[in-house]
Amino acid sequence: MSTLSMPQPDRGVIARRNDIIKQLKRIAPNATLIVDQEGRRTFETDALTAYRCLPLAVVLPTSTEEVSAILRFCYDNQVKVVPRGAGTSLSGGALPLEDSIVLCLSRMNKVISIDTANRVARVEAGITNSAISEAVAKKGFFYAPDPSSQIACTVGGNIATNSGGAHCLKYGVTVNNVLGVRIVMMDGEVIDLGGSYLESPGYDFLPLIIGSEGQLGVVTEATVRLIASPEGSRPMLLGFDSTDAAASCVAAIIAGGVVPVAIEFMDRPAIHVCEHFVSAGYPLDVEALLIVEVEGSEDEIEYLLEKIEDIAKDFLPNVIRRSQSPEETALIWKGRKAAFGAIGQLSDYVCMDGVIPLSKLPKALDEVGWICRKYRFDVANIFHAGDGNLHPLILYNANDAIQLERVEMCGAEILKLCVELGGCLTGEHGVGIEKRELMYLQYTDEDIDQQVRIKEALDPSWLLNPGKVFPIEGRDANKMRGVDMHVLEREVPLEPEPELVEGHDVP
Amino acid sequence: MIESTRLGFHAPETEEELSQLVAEAAETRTPLEVMGRGTKREVGPSVGSGAVISTESMVGIPLYEPTELILVAKTGTPMAQIEAQLAESDQELPFEPVDFGPILGYGEGEATIGGVVATNFSGSRRILKGSARDHVLGIRAVNGRGERIKAGGRVMKNVTGYDLGRTLAGSWGTLAVMTEVALKVLPAQRESRTIVCFGLTDQTALEALSIAMGTPYEVSGTLHLHPELAARFSDEDIAGAEGAVTAIRVENFPASARYRASRLKQVLAAYNPVLELDSSRSKAFWHEIKTLKMFQGKSNPLWRVSTMPSCAAKLIGNLSRKMEIHTAYDWSGGLIWIETPPLTDGGAVDIRRTLAEFGGHATLIRAEGATRGGIDVFQPLDPPIAALSAKLKHAFDPLGILNPGRMYREM
Repeated sequence: MSTLSMPQPDRGVIARRNDIIKQLKRIAPNATLIVDQEGRRTFETDALTAYRCLPLAVVLPTSTEEVSAILRFCYDNQVKVVPRGAGTSLSGGALPLEDSIVLCLSRMNKVISIDTANRVARVEAGITNSAISEAVAKKGFFYAPDPSSQIACTVGGNIATNSGGAHCLKYGVTVNNVLGVRIVMMDGEVIDLGGSYLESPGYDFLPLIIGSEGQLGVVTEATVRLIASPEGSRPMLLGFDSTDAAASCVAAIIAGGVVPVAIEFMDRPAIHVCEHFVSAGYPLDVEALLIVEVEGSEDEIEYLLEKIEDIAKDFLPNVIRRSQSPEETALIWKGRKAAFGAIGQLSDYVCMDGVIPLSKLPKALDEVGWICRKYRFDVANIFHAGDGNLHPLILYNANDAIQLERVEMCGAEILKLCVELGGCLTGEHGVGIEKRELMYLQYTDEDIDQQVRIKEALDPSWLLNPGKVFPIEGRDANKMRGVDMHVLEREVPLEPEPELVEGHDVP
Repeated sequence: MIESTRLGFHAPETEEELSQLVAEAAETRTPLEVMGRGTKREVGPSVGSGAVISTESMVGIPLYEPTELILVAKTGTPMAQIEAQLAESDQELPFEPVDFGPILGYGEGEATIGGVVATNFSGSRRILKGSARDHVLGIRAVNGRGERIKAGGRVMKNVTGYDLGRTLAGSWGTLAVMTEVALKVLPAQRESRTIVCFGLTDQTALEALSIAMGTPYEVSGTLHLHPELAARFSDEDIAGAEGAVTAIRVENFPASARYRASRLKQVLAAYNPVLELDSSRSKAFWHEIKTLKMFQGKSNPLWRVSTMPSCAAKLIGNLSRKMEIHTAYDWSGGLIWIETPPLTDGGAVDIRRTLAEFGGHATLIRAEGATRGGIDVFQPLDPPIAALSAKLKHAFDPLGILNPGRMYREM
């Protein structure tokens, strides 16, 4: 495991562990409390498995009242709290701390109400993303954000990282689809923000809460927008001889005044792995594949696919194939959504989440390839091309400490590239612990201070999910009041092989 | 130098200059009124500070990439300039911002993009495409300490740190003075069609609009006008209607918009949609909604109410038993414009009392200065949210110098 500095554990809290567990049992008798080592092991990490830490205990509450009582207790006793949904975070957002409890909302998974007249649903935060759409599908509606992990990930977690998904090109991300939340502040206060109507009075706290990675409060319920299901939808596969041609085609489609529902991009390694895993019917003799999906009536779909095909022809695709049936469509998406899992079967990987301006897509893919070659890692690219959200999957061996160190350097270099091209570090996975130290690539001290001041205003003791989002290393301790730093020495980073760098200017 | 910030009108040309002015004001604890070109200055209580900071000299579009659907504008840029620039590439701001200029004594398109984002008033298309805040990708701003900050960026997706850009939307310049906004834009809708029903009661009309919203035809406008307001429109068939007017808009490429309109007419046959506006008439009609044609040339108090569509008709029914009101429902009832008689309180007591029963909130958009000074223009906040708001304000503007009292007296 690579080293990572986290806030100094409070030894006093750790010493009081038995008492804390006893008190938790008393104040939340209906909650499930996991205290044994094997049980806690399940919660020691999230989908960023390189980092692990056993929490003091894991609590799975069943109601907002319980969440409130637990947070109030932790506030009074200076116990840190790491909120968690399904633990699918790819950025370590749900990594426990040694002196923290994990507050896991997955048992709060009910649909509270469905109101098609006002086109909203009220749900508990632990419900899975796809369970919402399943609950309203018969009434002709769906919930739009669709992250790849949607069968597992929770709405609470989606809110924490402002999740997107393949179809957010048309429907927006979580912040555009949540109208209200019930949130429990660290001191146990329960506040309703927003509601069943489109605007709330005064400041709009929803964008502040959505994407705050569980650092400002614990969301226990949400009111989400329901959208009428389209008459139909159909993807088209466009295969190209080069990633460059595919990338240029994406920009041309958007420029052509057509905004499809989704434009997904896969490069050769990604196509082969997914096809092997799912038999989705992807062409194997292409360097890059686009899945372009449009929606509407039969005629509308035909018209749009025709138009996209016309635009694509300028980039000399060697495969143009429209889905012929709902079964084929399902298979095409199954392949795409299984991609991370499929690659995970072959190798350990880290998944980057940088975003770049669309016009820089060809350059970005080229540079990502060079950076990975420089560090001697294989990379598979599979991502939401329509909004420039890259997901290079860098393949490595997690059991090799040196590779882990190098893969982090490689990833950091890719994210640096994204920022330099005018983009950002993370489009939908969140900063977590993974990109915390890279925040200065994108922000100045003053930018970060402004965010930190909000954190301090709402959680002055830094008890909620501390050690995430904001850089710790190299930051003036006075600017992180309440955080007593506990900086571990990092191993000396390895320089990349010089001969591989030659002949190419990597920024 | 410090003396100069105490009083008078300042329109810095650069963010650096602005940051110096605010820093000096912070040092001397001088309250600053923050505005763009002041076209919405008459909305809400007056700040009453001697010093005004305007963004009107920060004008321009440093970046517009039609192929990436993004536009970055300095906040003092007039809407007319933004919209003209977008139109050159057949694009538009999807949220169809309401233009208050013509009802408050200013010209069309005079408002600044900064003011549009800072007040977050979205138009009819909000039900399909989202609000102004939804389209904010990033901002640059100066906070109450005079520090230059940025948040978000110029790309479509971004969860790098807290989303301060969207948080500033709708904050009326009380948290920070925005200097630059990056917005998502979309291709302009080529064809617009509107189907119209006449003479429906409020309850029936909202029911029809709700049915329309539940169809897959991407309805982008759902409006119901009381007869006396319908009479103020230019379209002869709308103005000549002798009853209420219920309008449903669909947009897209021509064949699709026509198809959607015809499907909707079938779905809503029971409501007797007898009129269909073709693209040019439809566009002209919705442009008049955007500029609030139905409230132009009047001085009666005007309220903007946000509520649940299913409550809207009852809410208005109850209210109209208390006073004579003229009502326009937008967002299939989720947004209600209410013109009240020139009462001392503009109808505030009755409106807020009725809202307390149904849920929702009301903002007084237009009224005489005396009325505005005497009541809460913005919906009073529940104590827990007021406390949370005070914390947020303090995190951005600890000395409370930016637009004090602009939204709420105590902030």
